Amino acid sequence: MTSLKKSPEAGTILYEDTFSAACHWSMQMRKGTVLKLIDVEGGANAGMLFYNPTNLLERYNAPDTLKCQHTFKLTKGNCLYSDMGRIFCSITEDSVGWHDTVCGNTTKDMVKEKWGEKTYQDHHNDWNQNGYSSFLVELAKYGLGKKDMAANLNLFSAVSADDDGVLKFAEGNSKAGDAIELRFEMDTLVLLHTCPHPLNPAKEYPKKPIKYQIIQAASVTEDDACKNFCDENKRGFKNNEIYHLGGGYSHD
Amino acid sequence: MIKESLLKKENAIYSEVVPAGDYLLKVVKKGQTFRILDSEGNQAADTLFYNVDDPSERYSAIDTIREQGGLYLTAGSKLLSNENNVMLEIVADTCGRHDTIGGACATESNTVRYALEKKCMHACRDSWMLAIAENEEYGLSKRDITHNINFFMNVPVSEEGGLRFEDGISAPGKYVEMKAYMDTIVLISNCPQLNNPCNAYNPTPVEVLVWD
Repeated sequence: MTSLKKSPEAGTILYEDTFSAACHWSMQMRKGTVLKLIDVEGGANAGMLFYNPTNLLERYNAPDTLKCQHTFKLTKGNCLYSDMGRIFCSITEDSVGWHDTVCGNTTKDMVKEKWGEKTYQDHHNDWNQNGYSSFLVELAKYGLGKKDMAANLNLFSAVSADDDGVLKFAEGNSKAGDAIELRFEMDTLVLLHTCPHPLNPAKEYPKKPIKYQIIQAASVTEDDACKNFCDENKRGFKNNEIYHLGGGYSHD
Repeated sequence: MIKESLLKKENAIYSEVVPAGDYLLKVVKKGQTFRILDSEGNQAADTLFYNVDDPSERYSAIDTIREQGGLYLTAGSKLLSNENNVMLEIVADTCGRHDTIGGACATESNTVRYALEKKCMHACRDSWMLAIAENEEYGLSKRDITHNINFFMNVPVSEEGGLRFEDGISAPGKYVEMKAYMDTIVLISNCPQLNNPCNAYNPTPVEVLVWD
């Protein structure tokens, strides 16, 4: 609902905390707030999916995101689109330079084969959690299931392709202190996990925590870098504007 | 990889022409081979697959490309499900490369890609919506509409992370053939897109053939 309370000053850190390594979580981000993720040790991975909390059938769509911006990598200036032509969030800052969205998640079997099984019984919360099960747990909290799992983001991880399409995982892509800022352009349900990227060749299961901050965003100006990144993004922002005309739950 | 088929058209047990803007929803049995024929060239056949016994198991683009270690689909590619099982294998391909990261066109994404005024032009995802609505017996819903294969479409990715929609590398009479490893629902939208130069702004029919 529209609040009569004055918004905090842009840049105000409203909340901060840490997602421990190999964990999962979900949260709602309000339009006009920024989720800043910080790779504490270097080599982190954040699996992430977005849904519209008022219509869970509207969800993050990686192919739509890539093709409308003519890019395979995601970085500053890019917007992350839903399957309904709207922008969940814009990448307003990024010190990493390349984030993957086509390689999916580790599964329980994959983790067992790559890094060995570490069960909860034996290792408690230091177990070798996998990305796929992590998303299933968070999805189920909203009445969703495996049918609702789309191609996810793997923030902080980069995978390139050569001319023949052969994939290559970039080692050392994200360093300690690297950060990405997602400015939400509509209210968004965020599902995330901090399990390793499925193509990470590390010998030991990489356990990398991610610090996060929720920050009050500045208003989106006409010369905004994400909005003006390409004509497609201008139209994406227009779609959000039209959506909020009809929504009645804008938080501006 | 170009690999020709030994199967003869006259021996097919089924054939159906799918005009542009239409869909085909058909079960292909385990062991059967089916072909999509690009009748007039540079058409896109936006295709999804489901396990007949449990449609929540379905073609997964991300699992397929990760496990084969490459972006493009061609002869030898095993098409994996979200359970990482092989659903089908491409056994013949005279086109050489097919896309699976470009997704399907939608009226909503057309507004972003082309113009807000293009919002009501027919699109693949609308054909799929009609397909699931007209065939309730399969139990499919919007939740089942996931990331597809674009047979005959060429979407090259550069090493620097660029992505382009190139003119198609297909031509009249080129085809791709798959063998089913499980009883599979095949859902094809023959792409009606009028705004993309990849089909010369001229969507054309494809033909689907099945052999035992």
